Amino acid sequence: MKNGYLFAAYAATWIIHIAYLSTIITRYSRLKREIEELKKR
Amino acid sequence: MKRAFPIFGILTAVLLAYALYQALVVAPTEQTMGDVQRIFYYHVPSAWTAFIFFFINFGASVVYLVKRRPAADIIALVCAEVGVVFCTVVLITGPIWARPVWGIWWTWDMRLTSTLVLWLIYVSYLLLRRFSSGGETPVLAAALAVLGALCVPFVYFSIWFFRTQHPQPVMGGGGSIDPRMLHALLINWLAFSCFAFMVCWSRYRLETLQRDVDQAHALKSLRDPRGSR
Amino acid sequence: MSAPTGITRATLLKDLRLEWRSKDAINSMLFFSLLVVVVFSFSFDPSAEESRAIAGGLVWVAFLFAAVVALNQTWAREIRNQVLDAYRVSPAPANALCVAKTLGNFILVSILETLMTPLFIVFYRLRSIGPAWQLLVVVALGTWALVVNGTFFAAMSLRTRSREIMLPLLLFPISIPAILAMVQATTAILGGEGARFWIVLLGTYDLVFTTVCLLLFETVLNAE
Repeated sequence: MKNGYLFAAYAATWIIHIAYLSTIITRYSRLKREIEELKKR
Repeated sequence: MKRAFPIFGILTAVLLAYALYQALVVAPTEQTMGDVQRIFYYHVPSAWTAFIFFFINFGASVVYLVKRRPAADIIALVCAEVGVVFCTVVLITGPIWARPVWGIWWTWDMRLTSTLVLWLIYVSYLLLRRFSSGGETPVLAAALAVLGALCVPFVYFSIWFFRTQHPQPVMGGGGSIDPRMLHALLINWLAFSCFAFMVCWSRYRLETLQRDVDQAHALKSLRDPRGSR
Repeated sequence: MSAPTGITRATLLKDLRLEWRSKDAINSMLFFSLLVVVVFSFSFDPSAEESRAIAGGLVWVAFLFAAVVALNQTWAREIRNQVLDAYRVSPAPANALCVAKTLGNFILVSILETLMTPLFIVFYRLRSIGPAWQLLVVVALGTWALVVNGTFFAAMSLRTRSREIMLPLLLFPISIPAILAMVQATTAILGGEGARFWIVLLGTYDLVFTTVCLLLFETVLNAE
């Protein structure tokens, strides 16, 4: 019963962390592509 | 240096898994609150981690104001962002914990209220960084960081007195703590600190890459003013 | 030490004189303050017992809004006439400018508060059970806290997009301890209790933040 809250709290924690990490990763790969293009030209 | 990153990452993941095991299995069940109390092992270390990173932000901002080193500026930005992320975790897990225990989502508990104000201060810092452009951003942000950090003791003092005047339910309970619980708490703190360090490291690399790209664009437009991206 | 004080006085007098002649800011702020008091009276029924208990807070929220309106136009005139660039180039210490602006804003907001307070007293039938002179101290310290940070953040917001929204976004979080102190002190005094802790807290806050704002103002002004 109450353990639903426990699961929700732990899940929320990891959702927040993973969301932040994925913004870092997507920005990083996009920038890497951009710098490749810039170096080519 | 390149190899250290993934090695550290794996170590951190292992540590986090062990910490989770400690929190969910090894630590004894609390008497009054039951298993819901285990939120404590994520809630408190996140708070401590956020405070540490806000403190580093303060230090880096002072260094920047004195020495104007770009690395200090990047560290300040990174620590503020990661601090806000951990602070958000505290503010979300807090109410999730409060609800089954106290029946209400929010209580003007000293810790939760102070964390909220801290969150507001550092979100305003991040907004300043986003809304200002150009070379003056690091200086303005550093000045704001100093003011924000100086505000923190006032936040704690004022809310402490406010709470003693208007007593609220205390989250996390007071009193002594079972040594096995303390052990689980410290392991989780260590694990989350390592994790936070990894996140900061990644964000730092992202920021240096971003600045390199910006510089490359700037140089390119100088060399070839008619060319467009 | 006479040069900075001379500049401070000159700038302050200039601002006050300009304001007195045009009365732009003060008129709009007065009307705004009246509107705020009236809207609050509709939102928080003055006849209800609870409203009298939160009157201290309501008054300060109204003052806070009025202060933001005043602060937003602090540097507007300077920018229009490129005065800030002249200041940056001149050998005058930036602190003198900061002090002058802060004092000017303090006077402006104090005038607003003096005009709004009777309205609040009448609409909310306020009566102070505690010593009323302490209220003056609280209002002075509280207003200074808002104005000293506000002037500093207004200068910071100049260099940002969305200048007018940036000021409250930066000002409110950092002012929270001061706002808490102001409201609690006012409520305590109105209710006849002591407010010594809050007054000391406000005083310390004012001291710390005035010092730091003065120290950092030049840096912020010259940020490039």
